[in-house]
Formats: sequence, C-alpha cells, structure tokens
Amino acid sequence: MTFFLVSSAIKVFVVFNLIMVGVALLTLLERRVCAWMQDRLGPNRVGPQGILQPAADGLKNFLKEETSPAMADKTLFTLAPIVSFVPALLTFGVIPFAAPLPTRWGVVPMVVADLPVGFLYILAISSLGVYGIVLAGWSSNNKYALLGGLRASAQMISYEIALGMSTVAVILLAGNVTLSQVIAQQQQALWFVIPLTVAFLIFFISALAETNRLPFDLPEAEGELIAGYHTEYSSMKFSMFYIAEYSNMVTASALMATLFFGGWDIPFTSWDSTGDPSLVKTLATLAVFGLKTFVFLFTYIWVRWTLPRFRYDQLMALGWKVLLPLVLLYITLLAVAIWFVRIRLGWDYGPGMAWVLGGLNLVLLIVLAWWLDRGRIVSGSVPQEAA
Amino acid sequence: MPIGVKVMKRPIKQTSYLRATLKGMALTFSHLLRPKVTMQYPEEKSSKDWTLSSRWRGTHRMLTDEQGRAKCVACGLCPQICPANCIKLVPGEDEEGNRYPLIYEIDEFRCIFCGYCQEVCPEEAIHVGVHYENSEYSRDRFVYDLERLTAQTHPVSTLWDPSDPKGE
Repeated sequence: MTFFLVSSAIKVFVVFNLIMVGVALLTLLERRVCAWMQDRLGPNRVGPQGILQPAADGLKNFLKEETSPAMADKTLFTLAPIVSFVPALLTFGVIPFAAPLPTRWGVVPMVVADLPVGFLYILAISSLGVYGIVLAGWSSNNKYALLGGLRASAQMISYEIALGMSTVAVILLAGNVTLSQVIAQQQQALWFVIPLTVAFLIFFISALAETNRLPFDLPEAEGELIAGYHTEYSSMKFSMFYIAEYSNMVTASALMATLFFGGWDIPFTSWDSTGDPSLVKTLATLAVFGLKTFVFLFTYIWVRWTLPRFRYDQLMALGWKVLLPLVLLYITLLAVAIWFVRIRLGWDYGPGMAWVLGGLNLVLLIVLAWWLDRGRIVSGSVPQEAA
Repeated sequence: MPIGVKVMKRPIKQTSYLRATLKGMALTFSHLLRPKVTMQYPEEKSSKDWTLSSRWRGTHRMLTDEQGRAKCVACGLCPQICPANCIKLVPGEDEEGNRYPLIYEIDEFRCIFCGYCQEVCPEEAIHVGVHYENSEYSRDRFVYDLERLTAQTHPVSTLWDPSDPKGE
C-alpha cells in the first residue's frame, strides 16, 4: 500500500511536470513551425533557438496586471479558468505512457491510474472542460465572450458524439475500455489504425473540434469574436486557458497514439512487450510514445496553419450531417464485419482479422472520399436542396 | 429559408474540399523546408537580396581636410536652403581671412533628410550619410555639433544623379 501511494505520488508529480514543460515547449513549437511555414524564422532570441521563450512568456504573464471587468460575476470569473484547467490535466492520468518500470520494491506500471473504465473516464472528464469555457463566456459580461462560450458548448456537444462513437469502434474490436488492455491487444497483432482507419479519421477530425483548434476554433475566432471566451481575461488567468488548450492537445494526441497507434508499442518487434520489464525498455517505449504523440501534435499545428476557419453553419453541418451519420453507418458495418469474422469464422484478433477489416476500411475509405469529394463538406450558406 | 442565395454550379475540381485540403497541407509542408527570408537584424545588416541604397539619406557627416579641420567655409548656403530650418551656423574668420564655422549644429529631430544641404554645399563639406542607427538616451543628444559631425565615419550618400537617374 505504501509502495502504491509513494509510486503514485511520484508519477503524478513527474507527469504533471512533464505535461507543463511539454505544453511550454509546444507553444514554442507552434510559433516556430508557424513561422517556418510562412518562410520566417520565429522566436529564436531567448536562449539557444528560442528554447527559453516559453519561460519568458510565462514570466511575463505572471507579472502582468490582472484585470477584472467591473460588471463581471467575480466568483464564476475566477472559477472559469480553474474549471478549464483542471480537467485538461486530469485526462492524461489514465494514459499508459511506457512499459512497466522495475524497481527494488516492485514493478511500477507507467500510468498514473490504470482505471478499468479507461477512455470512458477521458470522455467524461474532457467534456467537463467546456464548462470552463461557457462559464468564462457567461461571467465576463461581454457579448463576444458570451458568443464564444455559446459556440464552444454547441460545438463540443456536436463533436462529442462523433468522438464517442468513433471510440465505440475500438471497444467493438478490443472488447475492453481499459487503455492498457487496448495497447496489449495492439501489441499482439496490428495497430488498430489498420482495421479501424475510418474511425481514426473521424476521431482525428472530432478531436480537432474538441480541442478548439483550427479549422474548428470558432469559440475563439479572433476575426469575429476578438478572442471569444477569454476576451476579458488577462495575466495568469488567460495563461491558464492557454495551458488548458495545449494540454488538451497533448491528451488528444496521446489518446490517438494509444487507441489507434499502439500506445507505447515499438513496431516490428515484440521485445518491448514480452519478457521481464527493464529500465531500457521503459525508456525506449517512453521515447516511442513521445514520438507518436509528437507526430500528432505536429499535425495539429500543421493543420492549424494550413486551413481556414469553418463558417458556423458549416461546422454544424459537418458535425451533424456528415460525421454523425457516417460514424453510425460505420459502426453498424464494422459490428457486422466483426461478428462475421469472430463468430462465423471463429478468429480471434490477430493479423488475419486485422487485414480483413483493413481491407474493408480501405474500400469504405475510397467510397467515402469519392462521396465527400462532391462538394459536400463546404457548401453555400443555404443547403443545396433548398436553394 | 429566409434568404435565397444562389449557389454557383462549379466543377468538382474547384469545390472539392478534400483535394484542396491535401494540396494546402502539401504546400505548407514544402514551405516548412524552404530557405527563410528573415534577416537577423543586429547580426546581419544586409543580405544578398537587400542592402541599404547608396542614395540613402541618413544622419549627417561633415568631411574634413588633410589637417583634420572641417571643410566648411561658413558660406551660409545650407542654413539658407534648409527647408526645416534645422542648421545653426555662426561664421568666424581667422587672421588670414579664411572663414570657418564657429558654431555648426544640426538638429536631427527637425531635419527632414531632404539632402539639400549636401547638394548646395560648394565645398562638399556637409553630407547626409548612409546610416540609420541613431538611438540615444536623451533628446538633447540629437543636436549634433561640429565635433560630432566631423567624428562620424559612416559612408556618405551619393544622392540622386540627374545624369544617371536609375542609379546604374
């Protein structure tokens, strides 16, 4: 028991700090990648290659004056950044980030809390984050902030469904919601991205919307809403929203890596998942997990600096008219396919089943791309049948 | 529907969001690896694409003769022509009858950097310079006296030459 408490406390401390440092570096990465994509250099003055820029930004935010609007609801105004910040950090707790670490006192699983409810917990907690945004929008007593908050809640609800549904595909295949079990299944055979390609794409798009990133950053939409829900915030309160946004990104990327790309699994070898745990294995798998997460984080940034923002009706149309029917249809097809392969043919999850489902996904993907390519995602301001 | 908007029928190539997205992603990624256009100012002051023009009219410089004295003969043409009235000149005369400036001051805050003083100067003494880094800690440091003007070392402007209007 003491061992569990001590090791958990150490893990919480380390993971919290890693995420904070990661978020700080991510803000720098965002700015530098953005600059590179625009043929600029970006911030490179503070420290070597600008590595200390986030520290300078943080210091600036600490020292800035904290403004509070006269007509704002003080309690909620203060509460909102906290409500936004805490769930963003809580969600990472159930994601396994490396192979178990052997110590003198016993083997430590490299996950803060290996909850049996796994990503149901993530879905539950991450949707709490929207309260922070809505409260911020409401308590600021500012029209723009309120509009931002309203948009955020509508967007979160719309895309939460597609996000949740796309993870149903993972449940169907893995038969388990515990993330360590999901990873173990992927280690035995193929990563779930092959048998569940379409689910991954839907998950990716919904995750962009859930984390309020471009092309779905309508709650912020600086062009139309100044800065949306955090218009009235300054200093460290603003910084907390900022950190929450980026740590949501980290969690979403880590979750994508876990659910669809094998988590901390090193591809093409079973060295990492079999045999005795060792320090080398832990470090190697940690590096691989970090790399996978980084790839998704980079994609987030890449997408942000490429795509323009959706109009509000386009956002809703994409969520309700494209993604939701699509994911429902996909789950139905997938359930039938899994039933057929598992019950009729009697296969367990292995390379054979993965490739069969992968083939099905490829066909679906081609049909989907062909169908979506007919001008269905972005349309005029009036639905085509009504025009 | 409250307002009818005419939706143009366009070929699929133009309305495809998927293709446009992929194309855009490829474009931004290719830019990621291209050479950057930023000039790192304090370290780099000119690049192969950009240098300060030799006709740049910056803060002044007074040229000197072999003895190190200012070439100025205090003829009074530059304060006369100066549209901003920023040159203060008090002429003096030595025993041999040579005129020289007792006081020669240019208020760089008033100066509009038209370069007329250089153009009008018969002795080619006062010049506008190819120079732009002039920061100081107090305002009165921007009134350049004769000593300061002669001490400047930056290159002088070539101004616009009517016989070579394009600067070739």
